[in-house]
Amino acid sequence: MGNGRQDFKTDAAHALADTALQKALQNVKRGFVDKRKAARAKLPEFDTLREDARAIKDHTLSHLDLYLETYERKVTESGGSVHYAPTAADARAIILKLCQEAGAKLVTKGKSMVSEEIGLNAHLQAAKIEVVETDLGEYIVQLRGERPSHIIAPVIHLNKETIEADFRRAHHRLPRERRLDQAQYLVAEARKVLREKFLAADVGITGANLLIAETGSSVIVTNEGNGDLTSTLPRMHIVIASIEKIVPTLEDAMIILRLLARSATGQEITTYTTFATGPRHDRDPDGPGAYHVVLLDNGRSEMLGNEFADMLRCIRCGACLNHCPVYGAIGGHAYGSVYPGPMGAVLTPQLQGIDRARDLPHASSFCGRCEAVCPMDIPLPDMMRTWRERDFARGNPPFSERLFLKMWAYAAKRPLLYHALANAIVLFMARRAGASGRLSRLPLATAWTGTRDLPAPQGRTFHSLYARARRKGRP
Amino acid sequence: MTSTPAAPQGPLVGLFVTCLVDLFRPSVAFAAIKLIEAGGARVEVPRAQTCCGQPAYNSGDRQDAIAIARQVVETFERFDYVVAPSGSCAGMLRVHYPRLLAEDPNFAERAGALAAKSFELTSFLVGVLGLSKVDAAYEESVTYHDSCSSLRELHVREAPRRLLASVEGLSLVELGESEVCCGFGGAFSVKYPDISTAILDAKVRDIIGTGASTVLAGDLGCLMHIAGRLAREHAEIEVRHVAEVLAGMTENPAIAAPRQKR
Repeated sequence: MGNGRQDFKTDAAHALADTALQKALQNVKRGFVDKRKAARAKLPEFDTLREDARAIKDHTLSHLDLYLETYERKVTESGGSVHYAPTAADARAIILKLCQEAGAKLVTKGKSMVSEEIGLNAHLQAAKIEVVETDLGEYIVQLRGERPSHIIAPVIHLNKETIEADFRRAHHRLPRERRLDQAQYLVAEARKVLREKFLAADVGITGANLLIAETGSSVIVTNEGNGDLTSTLPRMHIVIASIEKIVPTLEDAMIILRLLARSATGQEITTYTTFATGPRHDRDPDGPGAYHVVLLDNGRSEMLGNEFADMLRCIRCGACLNHCPVYGAIGGHAYGSVYPGPMGAVLTPQLQGIDRARDLPHASSFCGRCEAVCPMDIPLPDMMRTWRERDFARGNPPFSERLFLKMWAYAAKRPLLYHALANAIVLFMARRAGASGRLSRLPLATAWTGTRDLPAPQGRTFHSLYARARRKGRP
Repeated sequence: MTSTPAAPQGPLVGLFVTCLVDLFRPSVAFAAIKLIEAGGARVEVPRAQTCCGQPAYNSGDRQDAIAIARQVVETFERFDYVVAPSGSCAGMLRVHYPRLLAEDPNFAERAGALAAKSFELTSFLVGVLGLSKVDAAYEESVTYHDSCSSLRELHVREAPRRLLASVEGLSLVELGESEVCCGFGGAFSVKYPDISTAILDAKVRDIIGTGASTVLAGDLGCLMHIAGRLAREHAEIEVRHVAEVLAGMTENPAIAAPRQKR
């Protein structure tokens, strides 16, 4: 599911020029960065939990086959079914078939990035099934025909005036004079519209933040309660999740949940944390008649064995997006992927291929804040660099860039030549700058001087000054 | 290449000048030498040095990065310590060389040994030489920009502040967002100039917001980036490497500032 364009630089330039988007992106700091910081400060054992969580995931991933088997057995024992989907197309086909078998006309959905990854909505809609997103943010992007711009805050790129306009357009049967100028009115209207969908839905599809092997449960965390209504009211509940969501035990799940909410929204725990285990049982007051789990691979098992295995620890908290200066400058859509920001810059080339997504791992200053805040201690910059290495090995960087790099490296490996060239370049630049101390335009450096002056060299290289001082005595 | 006679008993430090200081701001290296000697160590500057190899490493050119890393190991392993007036280059030696050379039987161990004795300047002065004050005066209000590699790769935060606190007349005003990148990122700044400049503008607003008359940092890359934008915007804020102020060597014009006298 793409937005049609794959030109990162063009999309980024549009994003930088979009004043409404730029204003909306200011909310990331107050809404997420500050709140996470406060939540982390209140939990002295945060770093210990982080180590524990990392160990849990590493252990699970190195025995993934065993835990998947256990999980499947437990789901089956609880009356549910597990379906393995090697590819996105397989997952789409399995889910469509399940919906059709259930005679579904209307499907409600909880928030699921994996469903975005496989392009589920379009596939079901093409088969004449109505699909309604029930997470408020996802509902809004669905109305707009967009994709979410953030993995936990789908409409972080929008302001409430835009959403009001979307609601007036979509809910055109409601009275025109109604008030929608405050968030609470928008929420109330969405609740009213969605309530009818919840009650009428034939199938509910949710994602899963975690799958627990020892109990066969799927876990979702939400703040709206929409996930519960999606999973319990319809006749059938389908969980779509990728294979790395497995943890061995309930206790393991608790450790990760403690990190997840704090890292994501700065909450100690989300408003709702819902465990679903199989379909409705005899003594249950409610719940779906059928429970299916679709386990998506889509490149994950390949990652298990390559340099990107650490990425499989990701719990999709969004902290790396929130703390990324590049994401903060351009927002999520410019990444051209379901997964933006640092985690997306690592994951997207795996999903789309490095040739199509080559800008993503390059568009990072390697500031390292993503890794520092990652609750699962994922070395995101290192993995972006690994993608750059693959990209370089494939000869993808522009010829001029590779030529420059090769010429520079040739000299850097030959100190005598390097010092001679350095002297000449410094002399040239210092002359050109004169007494101004700066260069406002410099051939071959316009990418720098377009927006910044280039500070002029002081006049001679250090090594030549140092050698001269040596000859005369002390520097 | 001769050792200085300042402290004949002190440890021998190999100064890793860094390519940017060599090209653009030699005064930073002279300031570094003065500070290291003031801390009681001897300094040598091997001429067989060029660059730490980050341009290749971060562009995905691993082969050249490895070749340059080997060259640096060979050139600097004989010293007691290796010191760079840059968190970014010191981080390369300390954190990344051992990884780059891990599979090289002839270099893996040597890279590890070099990493263990390589330091960013201010953290070396405070942490290794035990320097707690400097003999310098600077009658200005100053703000300090932590480079990302100093802060997150090397965990250097207190050392420059501790030394700056001892500079006579200097008052430090912290940035609102001292953990945020300035948008330089080496080649990133020219591969994605629009994004880099947008990040830089936020940093520049933060700097201007402090009301400080000087911005300091320990990395010339960040400093040139910040100074380049301040100069383009005609903002009257001096930009200097922290070593210049700590060494009391502020007679040179600030970065990107016009030459006046001499």
